Amino acid sequence: MISDNRISKVQELVYEIRVGDVMQSDVITVAPETPMSQLRGILKKERISGIPVVNGDRLAGIISIEDFIKWLADREEDCSIAEKMSKNVHTLYADEPLTHAVNMFQLLGFGRFAVIDRQDKRLLGIITKGDIVRGLLKKLEIDHVEGEDIYRHKVSRFFDNILADQVVLLFQYDVAGHDFKHAGEGASRLKTTLRRLGLAPQIVRRVAIATYEAEMNLIIYTDGGKIRVRVGPDEILVIVRDSGPGIADVEKALQPGYSTAPEWVRELGFGAGMGLCNIKKCANKMDLMSSVGKGTQLYIRISTNDGAEREAV
Amino acid sequence: MKLFELVQKLGLKVRCAETHLQHEVSGGYASDLLSDVLANSQTGDIWVTLQVHQNIVGVASMKDIAGIILVNGREPNSDTIEKAEAEKIPIMVTEMPTFELVGKLYNLGVTGTKK
Repeated sequence: MISDNRISKVQELVYEIRVGDVMQSDVITVAPETPMSQLRGILKKERISGIPVVNGDRLAGIISIEDFIKWLADREEDCSIAEKMSKNVHTLYADEPLTHAVNMFQLLGFGRFAVIDRQDKRLLGIITKGDIVRGLLKKLEIDHVEGEDIYRHKVSRFFDNILADQVVLLFQYDVAGHDFKHAGEGASRLKTTLRRLGLAPQIVRRVAIATYEAEMNLIIYTDGGKIRVRVGPDEILVIVRDSGPGIADVEKALQPGYSTAPEWVRELGFGAGMGLCNIKKCANKMDLMSSVGKGTQLYIRISTNDGAEREAV
Repeated sequence: MKLFELVQKLGLKVRCAETHLQHEVSGGYASDLLSDVLANSQTGDIWVTLQVHQNIVGVASMKDIAGIILVNGREPNSDTIEKAEAEKIPIMVTEMPTFELVGKLYNLGVTGTKK
């Protein structure tokens, strides 16, 4: 079913997208009087296989690498490009749907078409098969991003259907110690989830950064732990727990730049002694409790009402 | 300035997420400390670093950074590329050291945050 849908989506798009949307408008052109002997340098330098020949801003023809090879093979004397170019050029209008371009490529087997303005016949750009593929991929990508909005819509409808005086959501992320390979995945999944819940982007970013730093602390310093996130109507509470080794001097640990991270961790760009400061910066309230040998609990509270002002800090 | 314009003008090589170069670059940040980037970079920044491990992608995606440029000819690890592809964060590389690259970015009008 899904693959069928995708085919029809692409089919739909080739009618919707115009040639002008995907063409390259930054085109290299040559004048008709340019000598053939100069063509090699241009083709090589720009790594292209065909160039529109332009007289003023009007298209006079197209000269391709095939024309150049033929000229070489015939061992003719140097002459102007105008004499060797294809003059009877098939062109596309910028406002034609992409499907016309697809058909022309299929029908004529050319590598490229010049794109001109329907009214004044000015050269606007050039289109290759690669441009069509890129254009379609880009459009599909944009539609995919819009798909996230549909998620958001669904989630908010789900909430409308819950009958209660207060709704609280709880998410848990398990973090393995010393596992740099999956570092940040908890925070990243949380970020996606909060976005789908429709929370303001500034709030989501603050929660994600605070959680990311806490997650890194679990990975760098502990054998692992749990991150629990409680999303209430006015506040998001992130609770990070581990069972050791604990922080010997909590006050020092909160000082910017203080770190007990080993050298190899610092070389990765972590352990700069800024993690807890960053968390504090993102949070409305942060509480850190730790006992050596037993473990650490970190409470991060972020209000969902005042996001915009705080991020500017 | 869009990402692909920077790629063209600075001769950067794109290592992943080539289809996401239409992002607007609103500023720049240069640092190799991940916490520093988390704290001080801005959404839409281009990030200049020499770190090549996959955690740079995590940081970039947390902050919604437009793209990452690796300096000194350093290449991203294969798992970095994989992750960046999934997170749709373009990674570009250059032979230039940080100082040179940032100078050129500045000349193109990509500036840091004025504090």
